[in-house]
Order: sequence, then C-alpha cells, then structure tokens
Amino acid sequence: MTDAPTHPLTRNVRPDRRPTDMAAYEANGGYNSLKTNIGQRTPAECLEIIKDSNLRGRGGAGFPTGMKWSFVPMDNATPGHKYLICNADEMEPGTFKDRLLMECDPHQLIEGMILSAYTLQADIAYIFIRAEYHKAIGLLREAITACHEKGYLGDNILGSGFSLEMHVHVSAGRYICGEETALISSLEGKRANPRAKPPFPQVSGLWGRPTIVNNVETLCNIHHILEFGADWFQALGKGEDAGTKLYGVSGRVKNPGCWELPIGTSIREIIEDHAGGMEDGYSLRGFLPGGGSTDFLTPEHLDLAMDYGTIGKAGSRMGTGTMIVLDDKTCPIGFIHNLTSFFARESCGFCTPCRDGLPWSAQVLESLENGDGRPEDLETLAYQIDYIGAIGNTHCALAPGAMEPVQSALKYFREDFEAHINEGCCPYERSASGGAVS
Amino acid sequence: MPKIRIDNQEYEVPEGANLLESCLSAGLDLPYFCWHPAMGSVGACRQCAVVQYQNEEDTRGRIVMGCMTPVTEGAIFSLTGDKASGFRQAVIESLMLNHPHDCAVCAEGGECHLQDMTVMVGHRDRRYRGLKKTHRNQYLGPLVHHEMNRCITCYRCTRYYRDYAGGTDLAAMASHDHVFFGRHDEGTLQSEFAGNLVEVCPTGVFTDKTLVGQYTRKWDLQSAPSVCVGCAVGCNTVPGERYGKVKRVHNRFNAEVNGYFLCDRGRYGSGYVNSDTRLPYPGMRGAEGRFTALNHHDALAEFERLTVGRRVAGIGSPRASVEANFLLRSLVGSDSFAPGVSEQEQPSLQRATALMRSTPARVPSLADIESADAILVLGDDVTHTAPRVALALRQSVRNRAYELAADMKLQPWQDAAIRNLAQEQRSPLVSVTPGSTRLDDVAERTLHLAPGEIAEFAFAVAAALSGGDSAGNPEAAAVAQMLRDARRPLIIAGTSLCEEALLDGAAAVAGALVSREADGTRAPMLSLVVPEANSLGQALLCGDDAPDLATLTARAEAGEIETLIVLENDLYRRGTGEEIDRLLDAVTTVIVLDGMDSATCSRADLVLPAASAIESEGTVVSMEGRAQRYYPVFVPGDERHSSLYWLLCCLKAADHKHFVDINHVDEVIAACASAVPALAGIVDAAPGGSYRSHGVRIPRQPHRYSGRTAMRANISVHEPKQPQDEESPLAYSMEGLNRDEPGSLLPFVWSPGWNSNQSLHKFQDEVGGALSGGTAGARLIEAAGPTTVPEAATPSSIDAATLELIPRPAIFGSDELSARSAGVRDLMPDAYLELSVADAKTLGVEAGDGVVLGGSDTAFEVRIDPSLRRGCVAYAPGLNGCIGLVPRSGVSLSMAPDWKRRDADLIARDGQEGSLS
Repeated sequence: MTDAPTHPLTRNVRPDRRPTDMAAYEANGGYNSLKTNIGQRTPAECLEIIKDSNLRGRGGAGFPTGMKWSFVPMDNATPGHKYLICNADEMEPGTFKDRLLMECDPHQLIEGMILSAYTLQADIAYIFIRAEYHKAIGLLREAITACHEKGYLGDNILGSGFSLEMHVHVSAGRYICGEETALISSLEGKRANPRAKPPFPQVSGLWGRPTIVNNVETLCNIHHILEFGADWFQALGKGEDAGTKLYGVSGRVKNPGCWELPIGTSIREIIEDHAGGMEDGYSLRGFLPGGGSTDFLTPEHLDLAMDYGTIGKAGSRMGTGTMIVLDDKTCPIGFIHNLTSFFARESCGFCTPCRDGLPWSAQVLESLENGDGRPEDLETLAYQIDYIGAIGNTHCALAPGAMEPVQSALKYFREDFEAHINEGCCPYERSASGGAVS
Repeated sequence: MPKIRIDNQEYEVPEGANLLESCLSAGLDLPYFCWHPAMGSVGACRQCAVVQYQNEEDTRGRIVMGCMTPVTEGAIFSLTGDKASGFRQAVIESLMLNHPHDCAVCAEGGECHLQDMTVMVGHRDRRYRGLKKTHRNQYLGPLVHHEMNRCITCYRCTRYYRDYAGGTDLAAMASHDHVFFGRHDEGTLQSEFAGNLVEVCPTGVFTDKTLVGQYTRKWDLQSAPSVCVGCAVGCNTVPGERYGKVKRVHNRFNAEVNGYFLCDRGRYGSGYVNSDTRLPYPGMRGAEGRFTALNHHDALAEFERLTVGRRVAGIGSPRASVEANFLLRSLVGSDSFAPGVSEQEQPSLQRATALMRSTPARVPSLADIESADAILVLGDDVTHTAPRVALALRQSVRNRAYELAADMKLQPWQDAAIRNLAQEQRSPLVSVTPGSTRLDDVAERTLHLAPGEIAEFAFAVAAALSGGDSAGNPEAAAVAQMLRDARRPLIIAGTSLCEEALLDGAAAVAGALVSREADGTRAPMLSLVVPEANSLGQALLCGDDAPDLATLTARAEAGEIETLIVLENDLYRRGTGEEIDRLLDAVTTVIVLDGMDSATCSRADLVLPAASAIESEGTVVSMEGRAQRYYPVFVPGDERHSSLYWLLCCLKAADHKHFVDINHVDEVIAACASAVPALAGIVDAAPGGSYRSHGVRIPRQPHRYSGRTAMRANISVHEPKQPQDEESPLAYSMEGLNRDEPGSLLPFVWSPGWNSNQSLHKFQDEVGGALSGGTAGARLIEAAGPTTVPEAATPSSIDAATLELIPRPAIFGSDELSARSAGVRDLMPDAYLELSVADAKTLGVEAGDGVVLGGSDTAFEVRIDPSLRRGCVAYAPGLNGCIGLVPRSGVSLSMAPDWKRRDADLIARDGQEGSLS
C-alpha cells in the first residue's frame, strides 16, 4: 500500500502534463483501491465510508455525495439497469479543473468510476464529455481499452462477480448539459432540457432508471477515500469540509492556473501565493469565487476560507472553486454583459424567465455599456434579478446562477452603472474593445 | 378531499390534483399557457406562478408553479398577492418581448389565449428596447398556417404533436430565445391530427389555413352544436358560419367521445358546404335531357306526382340522418327500402350491428378505449377508418406508463416525469392487418395476414382463451395471454375489409374474455368500426332483412319499381358503374335528394337540393351506438331544405296516416323511436325543441356579434328579419344564455375574460371533466346481450392464383363529402395500388411504376408496402380511379404499357399552390 497522499488528485500530474498511462498509473499505486475494495467490501460498506468521508460534490452545488448515493434503490425490486454518469461537460466560465484531471490522469477517473459504480451496483457507466476536450476523449478511450485488457472493466471484474460497461459519450457541448437532468436528456438523444424534480435521477434518471450523475473531480476522489479511509479524507481539509479541492484563478493575475489545495484554503493564499497576485498596474476590484454563475466577492473577503459554508455565508457560492478576477481597469458592466450574454445564449429555451428574461437583461446591460442607458434601467435590472434570480422561479438553476454576478455587481459596483448612465458612455477606456475578461 | 387555503379562503379540492387545476375548477382565474387538461404539466411557461407559504407563521412564502404543485391538506397559497402577481406580470412581459403585436391581422385575434392572459395579468407597458427576434415561416401543407413570430414558446405544439399524437415531423429546434417550432424542411404536416395544433396553440402560430385567407373573428361567427359526419366516431364539433359560409370547424368537448381533439378530416372536411357544386335549386329533367330549375312549390308538386300512387322504392344513406332515412323508409315501405351501402358492405354492417347488440363485452366509448390496457386490432387501419379512435389508442398504450407512475407516487398530470420514467414502455397493442398501419409505431407486435386469415387468427385466439389447444399457433397463444393478463382488454375490428368472419372472430375473442371473467375485476371491450356517420343508425333502422342494391335491381328489372328515390347517396360509389346503370335504367323515374352534384344526380329526373348536416337538424348513431343530435348552424340558402323537410312534405301530401299530424322534428324523432324499437333511445340524444335554458333560447351568436344590420346592406339596406328557429332550442340571435345548458346544446365556449377555447373549463365542474350540463348523446347499445359467442366461421376466400383486392380506406379521400372540401382535396393522392414486395417482383414493377387491372385500361400507380401480405392488393376506396373497384374480388394485374413516372414531389408554397407544374 502506498503512503497516504496529501494531494491525491494530482499526484500523477506531471510538470509537463504528459498523461499517465496504465503502467505509470499502476506503478504509483493505481488500481490498488480497486483490487482491495471490489469484492472485498460490500457496496453497503463502501457507501458508509463515502458517507463518513463528508465528500461533497465538486461540480458546484456541493451536495454530500454519500447522501446523494443513498437515495439509489439497492433492493433490486425493479430489475434492470442502473447507471453511473460522469459529468465531464465542464463549461462553467473560468473553469478548467476537470480537463486537467482527465488530460493528465485518465485512469484516476476510471478507477474512481468503477468503485463508484460498484458501490451503487450500477452496471453501465457513461462519461459525458464535451467535444472540445478531444485530447481527454482519446485518453479516456485508451484507458477504458486498457482496463478491459486488465479485467478492470467488463464482465466479472477481477472475479468479483461485478460487471461494468463504460462508454465515453462525446456531447455536442452546451452549458446546460452540465445540469444533471439536462445531461440525461441529452444522453437519451433528446433536447438538452432539464427535468422537473422530483422524481430525482437517483430513482428515475437515464431511460427512467436509477442514475447517479457526478462531476469528474468528485468521482476522482472515490477510490482514494476507499483506499485511505474517511478519516484521512476528513483530515485533508482545513475547515469544516473534507478533502482537497482543485482551485483555479483566471483574470489579470501574474500566474493564472489550477492547483490542488486543502479545501478551506484562504482566498488570499490562492490569489496572492499561488496565482502570484495581480499583474503589475492592476488592482483587485472583485472576483467571482466559483465560476461565472457565482456572486462577486470583493477584496474585503480575501481572508475567507474557500469552502462551501464560508463562501455561502459571505453571499456567494464556492461553485467549482475556480475564480475569475475583476481588475480595476476592466468595466464591470462589460464584464457581466459578456457573462449574461453567454448565459442567455446557453439557455435551453424551456422556461420563460431564463429564455426571454436573460436576453432582456443582456439587452439592458448592453445599452448601459453602450451609453444608451436610462436611469430607470437600474430599476429594470433589479426587477429582473427579482424575477429571474430566485431558485424556484425558473425550471432549473441556470438563470438564477446567471443573475448572481449581475445582482452582486449592482450591489458592489453601483457607481459604475450610474457613471455609464450619467456620462452616456463607458468610462473605461478599454470598453470599446469589449473590455471584459477573455 | 384535501382542504387548502387560497388568499384566506378555504377550498376543498380533489385528491391528487395540481393547484392550477384546482384553482380553475374552483372558478378562480389563474393564467397559464403550457399546461393543457389533456396533456398535463411540464412547468415551462411559469405563468401559473403562485406563492406558497410553509405555515401560518411564514409571511414571505415562495413562488411555486400552480401546475407543478400537488395540493396537500392544509397547504396555504396566495394567487393575488403582489409577489405572485408581480412575477406573473414579469413572465408575460418577457413572453411578449418578441411577439409581433399583429393582433389586427391575426386569425387568432379575439379568441387568443395570449391576449386573454395578457389582459388577465395586467401587463401593458413594454420596457424592452431591443430588437425583436424574427423567424422564417414554413409551408406546412394546405391545412395549417404557420406564423412563428407570434410564438411564446410554450411547447404545447410539440408536446401535442409528438407526445400526444405520435407525429414525428414537427419539433422544437434551436435553443435559447431562438427556439423554433416547425419541420426540418418545409412540407405538409404528416400527422392526421395536425389540425389540433390550431386549438392547442395558445396564440396565432398555428391557425386554420382555410380560415386565414378570409377570416372572421370568433365573435362574428354564428355557431351551433354539430356532429362530424366524416366517419362513424361521431366527434362533436362546432362549425362557425359567417355570410352563409362555413368558416371553420372547432372541437366541441365531449368527455366520452372526442375530448379536446378532432382529426383533420373532421376539422377540414366541411368545406363541401361552401362548394360551388352544391345544388341550389330543385331541378326537373326535360324531354331533351336538360335540367330546369323549379321553384319550391312546383318541386314539391312534382315530388308528390312522381311518388304518390306509384310503385316506389327508396335507397337511404348511412351519411344521412336517422330521421331522413326513417321518413323515406316510411314513404316507400320497409320492404322497398335499401340502406344504401354496397353489396359487399351490407352483410358486414348487419353482422357488426348484430354482434354489438349481442356481445357480453362492453361496446366502448372513446373514453373507455383510452382506458384499455391491452389492445388487439383486427383488420382495420383505424387511423384511416375511424381516425379519432387511433388517437385514443395512442393514449391507451400509455396506461402502462401511468401504472409505473403510480408505483412511484407520480400523479397522472406530471407529464414529463412520467414520459421520462416509462420511456418506450407501453401497454401492449397487437395489430393484425393485411399491411402496415399508422399505429405500428406503438404496436408491441404486428402481424400481416389476408382478411380471411385474420378471421382465423381471431378464432385461434378465442380458442386459446377458452382453454383450447393453441400449440399450433404460438402467436395466437401469446395474444391470448396478453389479453388474459389485462384488466381492460380491448378488441377492435371493423367492416372495412368486408369480412364477416373477422367480425365474428373479434366477437368470439371478446366473448371468451367475458366467459373467463369470474371476479368482476375485468372489463373486456369490443369495438367494431363501421364506415360512416350513421352506418350503425342505418343498420338499426333497417334490420337484417332490408333489400340490398342487387335485390332492388332485380325487382326493378322485374318491373316492380316505377320511381326510385335516392336519399343523399351517390350510388356510383356503392357499386360498379354497370351495376348502378342497370338499376337506374330499370326504373321509370329517379328522384335524388342530395346536397351536392354527383354521378347519381346526373341520372335523376327530379333533383331536390338537400341541406347539409351543418344546415339542418338530425340524429346520427356513432360506432359506439351513441345517438347524437346536430343542429343547423345557419339557414341554408337558395331553395335548399333538409331531406327531412322534403320527405315529410311528401308524406303529408300522400296523406300517410302516421304523418298527417306530424309537423315538428321532435315528432318525427318520436315517431321513429316508437316505430323502431332499436332506435327508441334517440329521443334522449338531446332535449326537445321546447327546452329553454333559464327560460330563454340558447344563442348561436356571441354577445359581440357585430354588423348584423350591415351584413346585407350592399344588397339591400332593409335589414332582414332574423330567421326564427321553430325546431330547436337554439336561436339565431345574440340574445339568450349560453350557460349551464346540456352538453348537446353547447353552441360555442366563451366566458368573460376567456375568449379563447380555453374558456371550456368554465363549462366544466372539474377541469377536464364532463360538461356541467351533461355529456352529449344517448347510448343505444348499453346493456350487454345474452352471452352468445360466435362459432368459428368460414371466411370468404378467393382463388389462390389471383390477387385479392383489399380496401384500405384513406383518411383524405375515402369519405365522399370531406373529399370535396378545399384543403382535404389537396391532400388526396391519385389512385394507387399497394403491392407486397413479392408480388411486385413477380409483376416486375417497382414503386412509381404503373399497373393495369384485369382487362381494363385504367392505370394505377404502384406503391410498395413491404409489410403487405403477399397476394393482397390494396386500394383506397373513394379515390378518383378507385371508384367502382369491387372489394375482396380476385384480380389480375399487369404492367401498364405507357405509364409515365411522376417526378419527385414538389413542395408547394403559400400563394403558389396550384401554380407548380
């Protein structure tokens, strides 16, 4: 058995990002967990360990993974397939963590998925991956083939009696496919519209069967937890949350990138130490802590711990844990107009507030940015935030998420909005060329 | 029943309902778009938002969608609070961002649910300053007009078209605020139920193309309750008239028959009423063979002269009312009255009628059909022979999904969730037909057999059910098991194949299911499809002993018939040209009462122009044995009168002892009911003419009916007196009350604030339930007869060496009247013959080639149905070129020598129809 790692997710990530193949993966303790768990522990025992580990979903919502899994019926009362789906549709603006995991260490995801499927007694697994990740697609397919050769996938895995088929599904790529029920619709060949819940996918998901959808990073943790234990995992975190987290920073920082750090690391440490602080000549105006659909935080929040509870209390969400930084020379209105236009375009078009409300917001922001804003536009924006921004008002969480940067921008950067209206133009010189992050 | 609180008022609501339904049923106005009573909830439009409070202490509440929220005991809601109504205003405001506001020129205007909801919500001022999105519209065929810019993206159209009606060629495309509902390519919508889009769409995206060009607002339409005469299902309709023309036909809700939907033959098949081939005046053939128009008085005198005191025979019609047929039969005597169907059809029709009256199984309504959980279809392609039944069957196969849903505690209205849960799991439907059918996509199994073989198969199933040895027929054993496992098994067969043994077989299966029945938990059903609107009424009127056309011909040739009266029937569609010529040649005088010019009219000596079903009152008996009354929507123009009128005048002139004192349609109905015991129930089909709602007649015109005094001002400035209706409880007036009347008398739906057809729920006690005034019609076949299970019969067979002509009716073309309606006419194919792959190979022909029949020189286009049973050649009765073909006859085919293949179909565009070469 290998020593318990401190950076389990990236232990096989090489400095040159060369992917880890089967030999290298196994040489570094890979598939140990598979061999020591499958057929050795019962699925129920595995589930208990995952529950005890306090692992929370890394896709953005932070729902406790063990609890999510516990809703899957295990009594086999209705014979038929159960599915495990890996959500690799990573499309949250500013987020590129899953890509790193899949491109550098494809076997880690597969081992995690095999043990997840074993725990859930799922017999078919899909990796739903966006087409732009063509490098990862190729690597995952190779890895699956290699696993079949080794007997890690297919019928009767390692003589355990457990069988699993795994498929890589290359999606056409839509932001909304990151929503688990939209992903399922898309996988069924239907429009990528989210589904109303209940029923939850755990009981009626893909093809109407029990289904678990988890993010790449979440699944990459599973076999480590089963190998090194819930206590080890709990101890990795700095605060109330457990494990490590891939944090990313983009924007005008000296060293944009992605790092595996103990969950609960402070924002200041992430931005100033790992991302190297702001580029020379720029200062920090604010940042979206967890991707494009989270509320702005400002420099006063720098010393907060990046974990679910702390960021939530500060009025935002940890989301995917990948920050987008707004500097003082970028127009916040241009910035959120860019995001809102993105979300408006990515709406599936199913429910009214999202389909027609987001373009309306984008239009208001566009006229503000172009200097055509009117004083009453701020009221309209506030009205739209009220209308679109609340969970429950819309069919899924896309539109409320999309409104998070807008509502917090209106709170923190109101003087910028007013300046645009009063001056009849964007006060930021660079606004003419688009201005926002890219 | 749970009690809930809405805005501090307590309501008792149905268990398992959603809040939107409960609100509407309680009479509260809660706006909505995507929810539909027949299609359930998906939560797309967010228009029915309300605020729900957790408990008494909760003062903020949260927004929930009425349509997605089950009502539970003690739940607290607010509809009218600022939070809820503010949200609903925001929804409307954003729905209207891209709407073109072209209400002035929109055919939906005045009955637009979007207009109603916008007003109800209170949205007025736009804040959006951006550009509107626009779409390119598509040519969707001759029936449905497309104007995508009006779309509010409620998804009702695709949910109806694809999920409910099983269509595949209309879909939601693109995403975000570019969602487009249409076809992949322009072209005619392929679903036979596409016209319902017009009523399903809450705004003017899909409108009646036949109305768009010359539209009239709903408030200017005069309407009356009517019954579709396109087939035997008896769907309830509301035709609307203006300026003496039928402008459009809408669905009239009947909880046990058509519910919310019609087929396209029914919706668009009434254009014949406006046809310029309608007969305007009586005509008498002169010595030189030309017709001379007669006035009403002279026509009646001629009718009497040619009838009274002569040896008279009559041919009735299954598309004419019970009353008109009864009067003609009274005039000529039952021995001399033929029902007016083909020689091949008559025994099947009589057999079907006898079986329906004797079967111990239930003869189901459409609502019953929708409840079936295992279905065996024998012979008919019901999408073409009784289209609305096929739409019902598409719902019955979903019962498996509802069972699965119930296990998961999902309510039936949770549409998306149930579809996601059940996916392709359906209740079993087995289709045993000569070739492919339009229901094959939902069939668990299809078997393709010749008509006689289908009958044998049915008896094999019956034998297996009765415990007989079915080892030799595993298919039959499997079907028997399927039916045995079902709680509400349904057997459907029909007369279209003219195979009596097949009907016997179907009844034997149903009978065997009933015999197995011990504990009363199963309810087997037997549905027999007959061809025309009053086929069953005609069979009940005529009994088993009525002469057929051949008998009449023999008697005419023996000199026993001087005058032949033909009622609303083109005899040349009932037999070969030679046969009909022989009959008409053998009589001295031919009198025809009909609405349209026809080949038979051309042979008449006296023609009396008959009012259509839309201009007259009468009763028809549908295939479930439901007697239903239709009423005149408007007074027929020119010298047209109902056949009932012409015949009653003649009977009175003849001093017929039973008719001397009969002056009113109610008295005719009563006379018929007492003279024909099988029809005794027709008096209950609808209230008599003296019925008054709240003391007044029921108005045919809405309150806002406009321009009455000016409508004819271009002809004469003197305003004509409004016609008086002496017969029915309806008035040609705006005055009166359209409220609480019996379902059979509902002339249109409208309620304050609810101008569209969505106002229907104001006429129901419970949304989606029966009309408050009761369901229209009276069932004549209710009590199951004694258990007589037919013995295995010998099916008719032909020489194995020849091909057998199989009638396979077509929804557009096989019905005489609808085929003469604009729109439907455009969808009629040219005559064709369908061949099996093997037979086509033997003949050396491919699809698109031509073949000729026997010795004739008429060429038919070849179609190949890969499923068609070898030895069968299918044709569509009624199509030009197919008239006169003898069903089930043996024929030989050969390749047509000078056949020119048709080019690939060109797609027409609006405004260019007919101009393509």
